[in-house]
Amino acid sequence: MSEQKILQKKSLGELVQKLTAAGNRVLAPVRSGEQLGFEEVTSPRKVADDYIQTTRSAKAAVFPRYEPMLRFTLAGKDVSAEEIAPESRPTVLFGPHPCDAASFATLTAVFTWDSGDAYFEPKLAKLTVIGLSCTKGDAYCFCTSVGGGPGDTRGSDILLTPLDANQYLAEILTDKGRAVVAIAPTLFANANGQAKDRVLAKIAPRFTAKKIAERLPALFPKKEVWLEQSLRCVGCGCCAYVCPTCSCFDIQDERDRYGGVRMRCWDSCGFGLFTLHASGHNPRAVQSERWRQRVMHKFSYQPERLGVLGCVGCGRCSRSCPVDMNLGEHVGALAEAKA
Amino acid sequence: MEALRTKARELLESGAVKVVIGYGAGSDPQRVRALFARTADQVGQLVWDHRCRQNLAAYLIKPDVKALGRMAIVARPATLRTIMQYAAENQLANDSIVLLAVTDDGQIAELTSFAAIEEHLAALPRGLTPEQQQELDKIEKMSLDERWAFWSAEVGRCIKCYACRAACPLCYCHRCITDVNQPQWIPIASDPLGNLEWNVVRAMHLAGRCVDCGSCADACPEGIRIDLLNRLLGREALTQFGAEPGYSPRKEYALSSFKPDDKEEFIR
Repeated sequence: MSEQKILQKKSLGELVQKLTAAGNRVLAPVRSGEQLGFEEVTSPRKVADDYIQTTRSAKAAVFPRYEPMLRFTLAGKDVSAEEIAPESRPTVLFGPHPCDAASFATLTAVFTWDSGDAYFEPKLAKLTVIGLSCTKGDAYCFCTSVGGGPGDTRGSDILLTPLDANQYLAEILTDKGRAVVAIAPTLFANANGQAKDRVLAKIAPRFTAKKIAERLPALFPKKEVWLEQSLRCVGCGCCAYVCPTCSCFDIQDERDRYGGVRMRCWDSCGFGLFTLHASGHNPRAVQSERWRQRVMHKFSYQPERLGVLGCVGCGRCSRSCPVDMNLGEHVGALAEAKA
Repeated sequence: MEALRTKARELLESGAVKVVIGYGAGSDPQRVRALFARTADQVGQLVWDHRCRQNLAAYLIKPDVKALGRMAIVARPATLRTIMQYAAENQLANDSIVLLAVTDDGQIAELTSFAAIEEHLAALPRGLTPEQQQELDKIEKMSLDERWAFWSAEVGRCIKCYACRAACPLCYCHRCITDVNQPQWIPIASDPLGNLEWNVVRAMHLAGRCVDCGSCADACPEGIRIDLLNRLLGREALTQFGAEPGYSPRKEYALSSFKPDDKEEFIR
């Protein structure tokens, strides 16, 4: 049972200041033109407070879009390499919705399933998530189809729910959450059993993750089903790069004749290059096979192998897609498709 | 819209084409999405209005789409210009596809030969709108520092998802220079240098070829005004070399041809 507190909205500035003074980097949604992303803030003035979803997810806090791993120098036949220590500052992520908070469980399952990950894990260990419940959604939201919800506490260390224009209900969920309260104890007043459900957005489920996972293996060979859905896909990496759970990366050397840097960068299964062999053969030669891979990976392979869904229903991929590929709609259609 | 649906039905029923690529309803009322009508009973879903901006010529080069067979494409003027540019760059055979151009009075011009497309385009207004000119002038009047700050802020948001490249019908290289790593021409990271190089190199490859359809900027999830960069270079290519891409199937490429009377004003 979580502890419930009341946090006044006007205290956010003080909270950010105290968190910063305690050595934390605070990331919060900042608006830039029509785009919203999680950026470092030192005062709440720039923090956007009225948004359904940020354009970019918060995953860069633990999985940056590029990350140097080692530096090397080349002199004749001599190679010397020097490791670049992974950067991991204590970070408080303010304002991700419950879908984003839930995404860290998927990322963790991927990055730690085997040998662990020296770049991801220290960042996650130092990450505190102050989630924000949703009071509104849009046609692209489908968290309730993938096991989440607009007031879901999973993944948050503290979950804030705006009860009215002035105050948040703060559910203190973990030790990391209690540590935040300890930094600014005077800002968190005791709550008297306020219910959050009445303010939460209503998101109607479109399908169930269980049904999808059961049906997908039989749909795999139905080429026409995947082709029909993906004819308009142009094969960019937009969906993967705005996705909070997409975790594919490519390790590349950026070098000249004297040396260079080895780094890992986001990659996307939407690109033809993703699976292109050195021989020239490409096992996923056409876009419909890449679209199938994207759906299978998120809704079949990951649940089967790692016990987590590869989708949290945030809808970013569909809002940002240049050609209106709509994941919630298409996966819903697959649930009904003839196998 | 009815004229478009009737024509599409005719083409599919007669077997003249296997697919009509047009626009249909999208996820929300602000959006439309590309519709691939393969049977006559799908043509009722075709729509045509101001939301139909995506340059559908980009699908001509997608293997899944090519495999469907002979296609008809609903075309706005920039789509027709793309076809002309394909012709000029020897990327498309004459009479190989059907273009359905919607005229101002709602009628459909069915165009198949390069000559017919050229003639159709010749009757349409050319050049930038006064608003587009002003937008470009504003950037050119900036000081170097202001311009650097403007473009750094724009391309600084790039996440290298390459949606601009994927949406652009004239980015058709089988192996894009950014995917080449022996040598690594363009820095891999989407850091300030990598982003700047990617966006500038892409713009340079389109200078004098870009038909200004705007699909790159429409596609960008970060709202980067790549269209401005391409339009600036397009205006430059026109002023310096008289390049007006996409109006003739025979035009040579300004940046790879030298003429003794080139102005060369940029060489000081």
